[in-house]
Amino acid sequence: MIPLSWYLFVAAALFSIGLYGVLARRNAVAILMGVELMLNAVNINLVAFWRYRAPDQPVGLAWAVFVLTVAAAEAAVGLALIISIYRHRDSVVAEELDSLKN
Amino acid sequence: MIEQIIFIVISLFTLMMGWVVVSNNNLFHAALALMASFLGVAGLYVMLDAGFLAMAQLLVYIGAISILIIFAIMLTRRMMRTDESPFNSQPGLAGLTAVSVFAVIGFILWQMRQFWPVEPMEGVSLAFKTPVPDSMILDSVAAMGRAFVSPDAFVLPFEIASVLLLAALIGSIWVAWPKTEDEA
Repeated sequence: MIPLSWYLFVAAALFSIGLYGVLARRNAVAILMGVELMLNAVNINLVAFWRYRAPDQPVGLAWAVFVLTVAAAEAAVGLALIISIYRHRDSVVAEELDSLKN
Repeated sequence: MIEQIIFIVISLFTLMMGWVVVSNNNLFHAALALMASFLGVAGLYVMLDAGFLAMAQLLVYIGAISILIIFAIMLTRRMMRTDESPFNSQPGLAGLTAVSVFAVIGFILWQMRQFWPVEPMEGVSLAFKTPVPDSMILDSVAAMGRAFVSPDAFVLPFEIASVLLLAALIGSIWVAWPKTEDEA
């Protein structure tokens, strides 16, 4: 049987990879992809704790479904924003989107 | 033994595809790797006996979110050029942050290693001291469905989530709607 800590380590690694993508990528779509990876890592943790700690209660599964829902809403709004920004500024590079800066 | 090997293969596949997502020059290849990474996560759900979530992962993430992302990449096609660096001015700092986050989480996991159960419900757990019957896992989807509509459980978050999805979809249509010349 697989120890719970293996799942936690994989989830931590996936979260860190996603965090690196969010912090280091230039393209706004790529940043959104990093966020999706991080949300997936969180879901792995939720499901692993549900299976190993409280399989009699549906809390872990239910919360994972809510994370899924919020991820879908976040992707829809984020990509709509990116398309709108691209239409106005002709760029989706996060560093060039600085009109709120000064 | 075979279970561990399958787990390691799926995990390495997921993490390697995740690395391709954050490091590939070509955004389209990154999106395809993102789909592969989602598939690996669905495999982990199957190993955790969460078949419903694995199916939801396939439908929502691979079927919907990845396609949305690919559409966004194709609509901003000029950004797909691969001759320039995919990173901003601080990849070193970002890498340091990501590695330290992983180091801190890993250190805490290692410190608490005697508390993590080796098997589901082995030893002292929060709820049980005996192995879980298979029927409990098989019934977990039904239990989750009941919890979603039960006033004692998640009916309020469930309804709020549906309103959130509706608001997000209307909002994204409004945001992405092409403005006419005099409006813009």
